Amino acid sequence: MQSAKIVVKNLYKVFGGKSSDVMRMLKSGAHKDEIFKQTGSVVGVNDVSFSVQEGEIFVLMGLSGSGKSTLIRLINRLMDPTDGQIILDGQDITKFNYKQLVDLRRRDMSMVFQSFALMPHRSVLDNAAFGLEIAGVDRKSREARGMEVLEQVGLAPFAHKYPHELSGGMQQRVGLVRALAVNPSLMLMDEAFSALDPLKRSEMQDILLKLQREQRRTIFFVSHDLEEALRIGTRIAIMEGGRLVQVGTPQEIIENPADDYVRNFFKSVDTSRYLQAKDLIEVNHAPHAGRPGLHVPPSCSLPDVLQQLLGQTEPLQVRDDQGQCLGLITPSSVLSKISQHRLQSTATH
Amino acid sequence: MAEISTQDMLPIGDWVNKIIHFMLDHNAGAFDAIGNTIDWFATMVEFLLLGIPPLVMGAIFASIGLWRLGWKFALFVCAALGLIWATGFWGQTIATLALTLSATCVSLLLGVPVGIWCARNKLVGMLVRPVLDFMQTMPAFVYLIPAAMFFGLGRVPGILATVVFAVPPAVRLTSLGIRMVNKEQVEAGHAFGCTSWQLLFKVQLPIALPSIMAGVNQTIMMALSMVIIASMVGAGGLGNDVLASIQRLDVGLGFESGLAVVLLAIILDRITESFGHTPTTRAAEQGS
Repeated sequence: MQSAKIVVKNLYKVFGGKSSDVMRMLKSGAHKDEIFKQTGSVVGVNDVSFSVQEGEIFVLMGLSGSGKSTLIRLINRLMDPTDGQIILDGQDITKFNYKQLVDLRRRDMSMVFQSFALMPHRSVLDNAAFGLEIAGVDRKSREARGMEVLEQVGLAPFAHKYPHELSGGMQQRVGLVRALAVNPSLMLMDEAFSALDPLKRSEMQDILLKLQREQRRTIFFVSHDLEEALRIGTRIAIMEGGRLVQVGTPQEIIENPADDYVRNFFKSVDTSRYLQAKDLIEVNHAPHAGRPGLHVPPSCSLPDVLQQLLGQTEPLQVRDDQGQCLGLITPSSVLSKISQHRLQSTATH
Repeated sequence: MAEISTQDMLPIGDWVNKIIHFMLDHNAGAFDAIGNTIDWFATMVEFLLLGIPPLVMGAIFASIGLWRLGWKFALFVCAALGLIWATGFWGQTIATLALTLSATCVSLLLGVPVGIWCARNKLVGMLVRPVLDFMQTMPAFVYLIPAAMFFGLGRVPGILATVVFAVPPAVRLTSLGIRMVNKEQVEAGHAFGCTSWQLLFKVQLPIALPSIMAGVNQTIMMALSMVIIASMVGAGGLGNDVLASIQRLDVGLGFESGLAVVLLAIILDRITESFGHTPTTRAAEQGS
């Protein structure tokens, strides 16, 4: 059983005006538009509750203005919440004072930014070691650590260059290194790859997934790109107008979108690419126990399933870790599922 | 119909006189202390600069020019300083340089911290802004009157009147530079656990450096123009010759001394400007 890294309970963020009045209105059920009309206050985050498990990549999705950038900044308290709790490793950080907060940011968390936010006057290595320098680590150890992480992302040869001498993708790798160098237990990534072109973006996603395989960290990732969310997310949360609309695994969200807002995200995405073996099971077949034959794990991806299925006459079995057969995959079950998804995504165009 | 006279309905001038006299009567000790400190500092600077032989001084300026801007500028520096020396204005030029540098030091010592404060505190910024407008647009001669009343004649009132005139760009450009630091860069500082001081010294000031250097450049130029005017209260230097040429209607003297001011201004401007464009600050200008 995984434990929760972050538990967020009934979190609110109100911008402008008298927040106690706004909170009273919100709690008595007033809509945020109504509140804006009456008081001029903007409700950025509205009664949000969720938890992030240790070691998962939790992707927060939403259109611009949905409050996702605000929410991520509440978690490291770049902004102070108006009401609610943020419990990190069992401690309510909304109650932390300035000193505790500085300690927490130095020790437990780091952040990657959309605009990279590197320091132009520092070399790549000095940027990489920035967090350690702030925390008071001596030059020798922080540079050794900086080099170590630069090597992990293939930037060691550029250690003594300056950020403006690097391409955008490389700059963001430095941003990632800076965040990793402090060895945080929680990494916040705010639209970290959104400023990069698609090719570089998927390259960065690969790097992130590779790093995550080497050492598991809890990552809170904000994105507006569904493909990115589906690719890297252990779980995805979808936000609209300051509220969370849906939280679930990519499959759950694809299979069962909560409303039209969520469905709209899939407009231009071919969701069939994200199908896994367990989604392709033939519904009319009862699972047989203990039959020999080819089998795949439930999380097997569509291309792998297709490859296994090719040239087979027998249906493919889906077996879980214990060897229990969950169901059968036949060519017709795969075809029907794919066409169903294709139709769905073209229908909403 | 009788014309309504508005004369002296609002005697601001009287009030200012009263305030100044009150300050004179009650704070003489404080003014003396400030005056003595500045006088000591300015005398030191002038003594040091005059102690350097013209050839050595020329070599120093030429090599700074060579280092910062290349051989063409170094050549210009040699020619310009040679001209000043040959027209016989060397001593006065150095005295003016000393006054300018003294006034610039005081201006930056005051202006940069105030600029930082303005950038970090909206209320302070709001209050300081009209004061800066006042300082910059009030005709520069006007400062000479209270300065001379408080500190007598000589270098000190000249330097202080110059400081009042030269501080605004230092404050404005420091404040602007800090406020222009990208929001996410500031957030990055906070997110990695910077304290307020760390944020200032490791993020905001280094990134704002090109703008602050532009402020330094402006301050030097303003100071140079004002120390000439300050000769009216006996600050000395090239201003004395300019003033003398006006009193005697001596165009030749006016041109020679004016030319020395211009040449000095160009040298100081180009050199200080070049410090705003070091390789790393150039990156900051391009933004990251």
